[in-house]
This record gives sequence, structure tokens and C-alpha cells, in this order.
Amino acid sequence: MRIGNTEIADTFAEAFAMVGARLLITAETAEWALAAGRSVTGFATSIIGCKCEAGIEATMAPDDTPDGRPGVSVLIFAMNEEGLGKRLVERVGQCVMTCPSTACYNGLVADKEVVVGGQLRFFGDKFQIAKLLEGRRMWRVPVMDGEFLVDDRFGIQPAVGGGNFLMLGRDQRSTLAAAGAAVAAMGGTAGAILPFPGGVVRSGSKPSSRYKFLHASTNDAYCPTLRAIAARTDVPDGVGAVLEIVIDGLDLSAVEAAMRRGIHAAAAAGALGISAGNYGGGLGQYQIHLHPLLAGAEEARA
Amino acid sequence: MSLAFTLHTAPAVPLEADVLSPTRLAGLGATDVARMPVVYGNQRAELGDFFTISGAPDDTIHLTGDLSRIKFIGAAMAGGRLFVHGTAGMHLGATMSGGVIEVEGDAGDWVGPEMTGGRIIVRGNAGHLVGSAVRGSTSGMQGGEILVFGHAGNEIGSGMRRGLVAIGGDCGDFAGVNMLAGTIVVFGQAGWRPGAGLKRGTIVAMKPVELLPTFTFACTYHPVFLRLYLRRLRLLGLPVTEAQLTGLYQRWSGDAIELNRGEILLHQA
Repeated sequence: MRIGNTEIADTFAEAFAMVGARLLITAETAEWALAAGRSVTGFATSIIGCKCEAGIEATMAPDDTPDGRPGVSVLIFAMNEEGLGKRLVERVGQCVMTCPSTACYNGLVADKEVVVGGQLRFFGDKFQIAKLLEGRRMWRVPVMDGEFLVDDRFGIQPAVGGGNFLMLGRDQRSTLAAAGAAVAAMGGTAGAILPFPGGVVRSGSKPSSRYKFLHASTNDAYCPTLRAIAARTDVPDGVGAVLEIVIDGLDLSAVEAAMRRGIHAAAAAGALGISAGNYGGGLGQYQIHLHPLLAGAEEARA
Repeated sequence: MSLAFTLHTAPAVPLEADVLSPTRLAGLGATDVARMPVVYGNQRAELGDFFTISGAPDDTIHLTGDLSRIKFIGAAMAGGRLFVHGTAGMHLGATMSGGVIEVEGDAGDWVGPEMTGGRIIVRGNAGHLVGSAVRGSTSGMQGGEILVFGHAGNEIGSGMRRGLVAIGGDCGDFAGVNMLAGTIVVFGQAGWRPGAGLKRGTIVAMKPVELLPTFTFACTYHPVFLRLYLRRLRLLGLPVTEAQLTGLYQRWSGDAIELNRGEILLHQA
């Protein structure tokens, strides 16, 4: 299968069941909301080393936020409900409550909830105030610039993590350009985020290592510098760089929508080839096959 | 099709008609509805003695006429919608737990006493003790929303524990007296001694008001939580200005004769 001059490999991305939450963070200015959004999604690239994956889903206009101030929506994913609850308390407490002028609201109506504000309220040292509006309990925690307003509970729901595709390019510069175009095209996909720096990861991994103390190591099959010596290489002739985009979403359709947009944009920006990362289908609960994914998009466009 | 009640005989003395509620009338035909008991002064009577009833029951009822002598309309209502095309008497929506009551005209004293949920909207004025505890009770309104677009009398939110009371116009003295928690917003002029005996809870006054000496000034700030309340009230039709939404408020803590954990927020025009 080809899109223009870009070869689309007949393979699949292997994705995993996760649990996700959405935070709506507001502040007096869009800059401070973004500062909190960036902080709360920091060090959250991969569940392997960060305990959660997170990213900014979108910036929000004042009219679209609960308190009428500028904001950002953030998605955070973890492997289970308990873990997600802990990450939310840690991150909202350390990265949002600390950020001047912010407030933090639940952005997900879901059957299951975890207590976040109800934990952070204790920071108020018995000066905190509960408010209940339209069935929604909030906490006003006194802080040095006024009050930190946070929802008592945040909805969590089953989600999909680890959707991905690989962009194969002639060299690092052209592959970066393709990746940048893909990230730009994927931005604003509702319910999906790209957890890696700038949305792109260069250190793709395999789930094994020759070191006993390491569970994951570099994906040598896609390292161009190892083409001549690796036991197996998936780097074709003429490819000098490979970059990956990982997508987490609140559901499979969000991940797929983001992948479609990204792959088309990368192809249009000159990627030589598109592939995807998988572990042979034995680890993840979801397999997103590139050809049906893109064929569906082509049909939808027609 | 909803049930419609039109007053054909105005009561000369108070009529207690807690049956006028979608909850009480659910599943009844028009004939049965007409026979529902009411208390007329010190005598028993039936709804049909005062109202012409038409339509079929569903979760909505319409009442038309001067009902200012009819008490307990919508009392204990748990759901549905009740419209009063006229005025309503005392104890409107008493102890209601759900649903919506909307009055086009004025309402008497004791609107929504000890209600636990739902919403009451009075387009005109309301009397004293909106959302309050009944005499002898320690806890007033415990949930839900009461919006009065006009003025209200004394002791609104008396003993209030939870919920939201908003008065579009002025209110009388002792707003939020002995309040335990919850939120009161007064867009007009509040009377004397708001928050007397306040334990917890919030009283918002949009116009300057003299406070009791047992309230202490804390700071002038932007209370973010209030934006959510004001946006809610604007959505429900109250004319909230941008200055009120985004402006500064003085925070006064009190009442020092009680827990001192309550607050009065004064808008800084």
C-alpha cells in the first residue's frame, strides 16, 4: 500500500488497555494554564519509567471552561485504577495546586471516580471549604495567592495506550520534518494525546535486553546505525532515520483517528515509509492494522 | 399532555394543598385528582372545589390563578415540573427533594423551607424566610437551588445547611442568620445584620452593606469558586454582570460569636 510516494508497511500497532482521566486546568491567563498543563504532564512519557503517560489534549477558550477563564485539557493514563488515582493526587497536588491562579476540574463523566480534591483538601489544614454546586463537590484550599479550587472526584474510564506508527526517512532532518507535520496534524484530536517530547520518540524500545537487570532496551531492528550488525534489521535501503509517534486515547477510535491524521501528514511531508511497532501481537489487547486503518480513511474521504 | 389547574373559586381563608405536586398526582386520572383532599381553614375539602382541572397527568402540572392563599404547593415534591401562572402562597416547595417549581408572579413566606434538592424559581418577589428552617428546627435548606428574581424578605437561608439561594433584587434583614453552610447570593441591597450567627457558609453581597462587628476583614481577592456559581445563575436567567463575574470581592470572616468559619463576600464595584 502506498500514499503518494510513501510505502505503508503491512503491519500493525500493538496497543494496550489502560485507564484514563481528563483534567481541565484553568488560570488567570492562558500562559499560566499552559504552565500548569506542561508541568502536570511532565515526566510522563512512558508507563515503563514514569508510572503514567500524559499530554495536553487541547487548549480551551474561556467560554469552554467551567469558570470562564482560559484553560487546557489534559489526559493522564495509567495501567490500573489505583495507580491512576495515585498519579492524579500526586500530579494535581504538586504541579497544579502549586501553579499560580490555577483551578483544576474533572473533565470526564464516567461511572468510576477517584478521589483527588478530597485528598488534596488536607493541605488546607482544616481551613479548607467544601462547596456543592449541581451535585458537584469542590474544595477551596487556601493558598498564598487566594484559593486553589479542585473537584472532589475525577472520572476515570478504560482507555487505550501505545497506539503508534513509525516514520522512516532519508535522514534525520527530513524525518523530523515529517514527524513535525504529523504532530501538527494530530493536535486537537479529541480524546487523544502524544505523551513523548514534542509528540515524538526516537528511542523506540523492544521488551527485552541482553542485560539481566533491564526489561527493555533499544529497538535495534530500527536503528539505522546497526543495520550492518544487528541480528535482524527492519531499516530498508536508503533510510537513515526512524522516528515514532505514540498515541494514548480515551478509546480506540480516538487513537485510530489520530493515527490516520498523522500518517497522512507524515506521508505528505515526505516520509519514505510508515510502519508500526508491535511485539508480535502477544502482549497488547489491541492490534491496529495500518492498511485497514488507512483504507477506511480513504473510503471515508471518498 | 400535562395536568392544568385553573382556580375557579378563590379561597377566603388559607387552603393547604400539598397534593398539588407532580409526585402526589402521579398516575391519577382527572376525576381522582379532583377528589384529592385539601384542608380549607379548619375543614376538609377537595381540589375540585377550587380548581377546574383539565388534561392528563404526566410529570408536569400547571396552576393558574391567584394562589396567594394556597399553602404547601409542591411540598415534598420529588421530581417533575410545576408551573404557577400567577402567585403562590406560603411554604411553596416545602421539603421538596427534586424537580422544578417555577412561579411567574410572587410567592409568600417560607419558599422552599428545609428543601433537600430540586430547584424553585420565583420570577416576582418572595416573602420572608426563603430556604429556611421551620421554627423549632435547627437545620434549614439542605440542598437544591432557590432563585428569586425580585426582592425577598427577612431571614433568607435561616439555618441553611447546604444549597444555593439567589435573590435578584434586595433582601431584608438577617440574611443567612444561623446559617450552617451553603451559599446565598444577593444581587440587590441586603438588609441589616447579614450572617448573624453564621457558622460556615458563604453570603455574597453585590452592594455595600454594613456588617456586624463580629466579622473581620481578611483580604480583597478573586474567588474563583464564585465564578462557577455566577455562571450557573446567569445560565438560569439572573442578570449577572461581567464585573460581578470577574471582579474583586472583600472577604470578611465570621461570625466570631460562632465558629468564625463562614464568610461574607462583598463585591467591589
